[in-house]
Amino acid sequence: MSRNLDLELVSLTKRYGNTVAVDAISYHFGTGTYACLLGPSGCGKSSTLRMIAGHESVSEGSVLLGHRDISHRPPAKRGTAMMFQNYALFPHLSVADNVAFSLKMQGKDAAHRKTRAMEMLELVDMVALADRLPAQLSGGQQQRAALARALITQPDVLLLDEPLSALDPFLRIRMRAELKKLQRELGITFIHVTHGQDEALALADEIVVMNNARIEQAGQTRQVFDAPKTAFVARFLGSHNVVAMPEGAIAIRSDALELKAPEAAKLPGTITNIEYQGTHVALTAVIPGDQEVTALLSDKDFFGNPRELGEAIGLDWEAGAAHALAG
Amino acid sequence: MLQNRHLTGWLMATPLSLVLLVFLVAPIIMIVVVSFWGATEWSIYPAFLFDNYEFLLTSEVTYRVFFNTFKYAVITWACTLLIGFTVAYYLAFHIRSLTWQIALFLLCTIPFLTSNIIRMISWIPFLGRNGIANSTLISMGVIDEPLDWLLFSDFSVILAFVHLYTLFMVVPIFNTMMRIDKSLIEAAADAGASGWQTLWHVIVPLTKPGIMIGTIFVVALVMGDFITVRFMSGSQSANVGRMIQNDIGLLQYPSASATAVVLLVTVLLLIGTLLRFVDIRKEL
Repeated sequence: MSRNLDLELVSLTKRYGNTVAVDAISYHFGTGTYACLLGPSGCGKSSTLRMIAGHESVSEGSVLLGHRDISHRPPAKRGTAMMFQNYALFPHLSVADNVAFSLKMQGKDAAHRKTRAMEMLELVDMVALADRLPAQLSGGQQQRAALARALITQPDVLLLDEPLSALDPFLRIRMRAELKKLQRELGITFIHVTHGQDEALALADEIVVMNNARIEQAGQTRQVFDAPKTAFVARFLGSHNVVAMPEGAIAIRSDALELKAPEAAKLPGTITNIEYQGTHVALTAVIPGDQEVTALLSDKDFFGNPRELGEAIGLDWEAGAAHALAG
Repeated sequence: MLQNRHLTGWLMATPLSLVLLVFLVAPIIMIVVVSFWGATEWSIYPAFLFDNYEFLLTSEVTYRVFFNTFKYAVITWACTLLIGFTVAYYLAFHIRSLTWQIALFLLCTIPFLTSNIIRMISWIPFLGRNGIANSTLISMGVIDEPLDWLLFSDFSVILAFVHLYTLFMVVPIFNTMMRIDKSLIEAAADAGASGWQTLWHVIVPLTKPGIMIGTIFVVALVMGDFITVRFMSGSQSANVGRMIQNDIGLLQYPSASATAVVLLVTVLLLIGTLLRFVDIRKEL
């Protein structure tokens, strides 16, 4: 019943002249996964997405969808659809005509186009605005129209290029909940490019952290977050301290740190900053080697035993909480 | 304070208003006034007569000449649009680097470093009976006899118009095209549009304001021209501009003014109609 629609990247490479934008990356996205490509700008995540979409030629390697090699097919013949960063809605067409654009290109008749476009607009709750022009829509509405347009071709994989970056923070959180809900309902694979770790953590079943044209670490979101393998991943995902220890660098989550007496703990330190964050208190301390670490304490723990700036403390953690880092 | 702000506003608008008033509005009013004057073979005299208009609008020649003017305008418009759109499209969408786009764009303007008349006249030795075009065609064996219609014909008039005015089509179209978000082209490809479909359903509709501005330039220039028609047709064809020029040559200023007013009204109506179809405000 369920078709194999796994998306596979096989040593996918993109070169621009002598620069390598994507360096032989390989990954397997299972059918119906919500995956995030996460990384700083220029890490190759967008090029990767554009190669999957067919808007960028593949220099080497291949993209497989359900075991078919789609690396050299035109964008519309791949089973993928793309939602662009600025939504790329056609400014001269109404929302309904934007959504039905691909059907028009296929030469479908007007009645059929109208019905299908309305179905799609129903899905994203935009029926009332079908006759508006894109310029008359808010950012969130434009995004929904762009989603409907991408989904009307019934793609097996939806590619989203920084879909939330143009929205204000409040709307961003609402739209990301809607994206996740839509993905669950449709059951198709979503591949979402972002540089926001909170967005990735909130949405993704799997995350692929990229840096310098390579995959730094990839896997189930929780596994990656709980056990970052490199200092880059630990820092990029946030909420981690990277500490150089005599036996090598380790990553420890800031909420895994406990405060103890200096002599009873693994690391001695001096408090340099205390930041109240509502539910938590972030406490920054300097430890030997002039390194800064941040401990995140619940407000109850902190105010049960308040500390002062400049106070000497000991930082301790459970044995399993620290992860040795490579590189 | 408020008074002051108003005053500053008026003062800042004054220089341009004065220039337009003295050099645009006043002459037009003058032409309109003179168009009602009377004339004999040797004199003109102030009056308020409709003779000039009556003569103009009842003469069969007027209609022939106006028809000819429209014919030049329409054919020139079609040719410049086709060439201008193609050139602009190539520059905007097929040349990837901005440096090359600017370089090639400047290349398009090089012929405009010489004057209109010189560019026009340089066609004459090329198209003449024993010109380069005819001798090349004969030596290639394409024709046996020189072609007569190459020079001093409608063909040469329109050729010169297209040569002179295509850039006026290229510039606004190129300008509009450069503002088209390139991701729209990708979005069209993503929706399965072929190259032609993208052109017709995305690029052409979004380029309309540029096409319209170019159209206004070209139509206004061709409708008001007299020198190109005179040189390139060897005075064998006429347009409205030539008619006015003839009247002026005969010192028939009232008649020339009446023709000018009719031409002005025609062109304004034409442009007004065009503007009803396309909103060019966001281009300005």
